[in-house]
Amino acid sequence: MDLNYTKAQQNFRLEARAWLTAHVPAAPLPHFDATREGFEAHRAWERTMHQGGWSVVSWPEEYGGRGLDLIEWLIFEEEYYRVAAPGRVNQNGICLLAPTLMEFGTAEQKARFLPPMASGEEIWAQAWSEPQAGSDLAHIRATVIQDGDQLVLNGHKIWSSRAAFADWGFGLFRTPGSERHKGMSLVFFPLNAPGVTVNPIRKMDGHIGFAELFLENVRVPAFNRLGDDGQGWHICMATAGFERGLLLRSPARYQQAAAKLAAHYHAQGNDADPALGLEVARAWMNAEAYMLTIYAMSSRLLSGGKIGPEASTNKIFWSELDIHLHRTALALLGARAELTSAAAEAARDHDWLDGYIFSLAGPIYAGSNEIQRNIIAERMLGLPR
Amino acid sequence: MDFRFTDDQLMMAETARKLFAATASSAQLRAMLAKEEARDEARWSTIAETGLTMILLPEMAGGLGLGEVDFALTAEAAGYAWLPEPLVESAGIAAPLLAAINPSHELLSNTARSLAIGPAINPYVADADTAAALLLEHQGATYLRHPGEVKLTRQQSLDPFRRLFKVEWEPSGTPLSRDAALWRDALDRGALFAAAQCTGIAQRAIDIAVEYAKTREQFGKPIGSYQAVKHLLANAQVAVQFAKPVIHAAAASCAQRDLFSRARISHAKIIAAEAADLATRASLQVHGAMGYSWEVDVHFLLKRALALSATWGGPGFHRNRVLTRLREAPAGPEYGFARAGV
Ligand SMILES: Cc1cc2nc3c(=O)[nH]c(=O)nc-3n(C[C@H](O)[C@H](O)[C@H](O)COP(=O)(O)OP(=O)(O)OC[C@H]3O[C@@H](n4cnc5c(N)ncnc54)[C@H](O)[C@@H]3O)c2cc1C
Repeated sequence: MDLNYTKAQQNFRLEARAWLTAHVPAAPLPHFDATREGFEAHRAWERTMHQGGWSVVSWPEEYGGRGLDLIEWLIFEEEYYRVAAPGRVNQNGICLLAPTLMEFGTAEQKARFLPPMASGEEIWAQAWSEPQAGSDLAHIRATVIQDGDQLVLNGHKIWSSRAAFADWGFGLFRTPGSERHKGMSLVFFPLNAPGVTVNPIRKMDGHIGFAELFLENVRVPAFNRLGDDGQGWHICMATAGFERGLLLRSPARYQQAAAKLAAHYHAQGNDADPALGLEVARAWMNAEAYMLTIYAMSSRLLSGGKIGPEASTNKIFWSELDIHLHRTALALLGARAELTSAAAEAARDHDWLDGYIFSLAGPIYAGSNEIQRNIIAERMLGLPR
Repeated sequence: MDFRFTDDQLMMAETARKLFAATASSAQLRAMLAKEEARDEARWSTIAETGLTMILLPEMAGGLGLGEVDFALTAEAAGYAWLPEPLVESAGIAAPLLAAINPSHELLSNTARSLAIGPAINPYVADADTAAALLLEHQGATYLRHPGEVKLTRQQSLDPFRRLFKVEWEPSGTPLSRDAALWRDALDRGALFAAAQCTGIAQRAIDIAVEYAKTREQFGKPIGSYQAVKHLLANAQVAVQFAKPVIHAAAASCAQRDLFSRARISHAKIIAAEAADLATRASLQVHGAMGYSWEVDVHFLLKRALALSATWGGPGFHRNRVLTRLREAPAGPEYGFARAGV
């Protein structure tokens, strides 16, 4: 165990810091879920990062990355959050789909889909959930039928984040007549393909952050199926591992927020409520514990380990710490906590309210926390189903 | 940056676990309690022969010259076994303190004997009567006393295996050392290894509850198939999962002796004690009335957790150290592994 960065890692940090400091937009971009304009501004940022070689640092070089390992990825994320760089509009592509593609895709599929994902030219939405299939994802009904060298897709997807403005969906479908975990396929489809209807859905914050998708005889090349026919469930669970495990929520996000929270608390000087000071300390400890656990996990993965059911403990931990952290911030704001970005008096502080509303979804998406607890109990502890 | 344990570290931890599983089973500990024995001499000498008491001693003192990470794994195993013998306090805290003052002190040469330690922060000294000597803190100075030279009054702990004593003595004569920094180190190790024991306790509490929940049936099904039961134990497991890396990182940075390493140790102490509290109470709940009885081991774990939570600085003390770190040094993603002066 050696908790010191190597010289190379330190240099890499400085290199990332220098580039980010020079390139991060001076003013925050408009929200990517709010308007097409905000979405495109984030796409442009992805392009800028790609040109600098920073959009997907952990990917192999041939697809636009730097071939860096998980520790270097964590360092990059630390620098990224340190300067409060824009949210990653293509996150579901680069953090969820990409690792899955690299594991299960053919060379041709990787060559086709990864480079434009890295550059932000193609932005991805995950299309798994259906009105009748949320936690019980094996209950999906959307179908895929092979017709020559084409696939024909039908069904109704919902809660697809970014899909209102994104370019591609990666959806979960089943062969008609198949049941539960069998006969599923993960298929890519353009969101503007004939037969796809995209109905934006407003989130709690009023933004059109997700969409409902109707697919009616949508035809895509058979090339767009990841893995073999029927391998969909297996592939999805690998993706879910990344989602819950470590790629979706890097610790730096919470460390940055906790540091901001502490600064906010200390700025209140003698007026500060000591009871809230304890909550601030708690928020910081949670963020540190998450960071250390992810570093430990990354070290294990680097030496050939796999993400197992412990990914579920991560998901519970980050989602709960995020809510606690933001609740503490709102308590510090007192009566100004309810002011939105539209209120002149909330010029600087509305981030906390936005962050709080965002955090409330954490225990629901990426597999609800109740489902994670079931997984921990059954697969880590071995309790009966 | 590498968070993995070495093969040697894992092997040593495995040795400790196996030794405790073989020699400190529930039945063995209960038999010892029935005989009102303070210490199982056979077990203690095996522990000493295995080298577990030598981990932190410098090679100059005949020790293995290893670090806090190595010993933390042993302390975790000791917590898992709710070991009655003073391995952690003697070999993890007292002996390194004495070795820091005088590595060739004759008390360090006989590893089969234990040392007791009385820091200002703990009002009572554990295992003072069976110790070869007591190391006592007075205004930052270190005094060495033999049990016969002080007045020991037993103070009964809820934990029947903890032998606490009030120690009455005079800080007369020349102390072994006047270096108050030694006691800050002792406190750090004490808190760190109490934390490590707590995660061991927590894991044991979860493990025995899981075993029980698989076999105990109500309403025609194992109780472990009910979600309310599952989620109690899952929450406890999450707490353990996120306490361990903090302990391991705190152990790895213990030697920094700065604001950052001390806050990390305090962080570890706080959350490990909470994990032990959560897990032992969950275990009690899962066992039902059985868990409330003397016959099931839950209460031993719960009591040890309660004792360790308050010793070597309670939650209030350690929260203050975390708050101090937050007040006096910057936080944020680039300070995760910060150290003073860098
Ligand atoms: C902000 C946000 C973004 C999302 N983005 C996407 C996306 O990009 N793509 C996508 O496909 N989906 C997305 N989702 C959908 C998300 O995956 C689902 O909401 C989630 O899987 C839960 O399904 P559900 O909403 O249908 O709730 P339900 O499954 O109906 O669950 C409702 C409640 O019942 C509980 N429950 C259900 N089953 C059990 C059980 N067996 N044991 C105990 N409790 C149970 C749940 O925990 C929950 O509390 C998103 C959701 C949100 C909120």
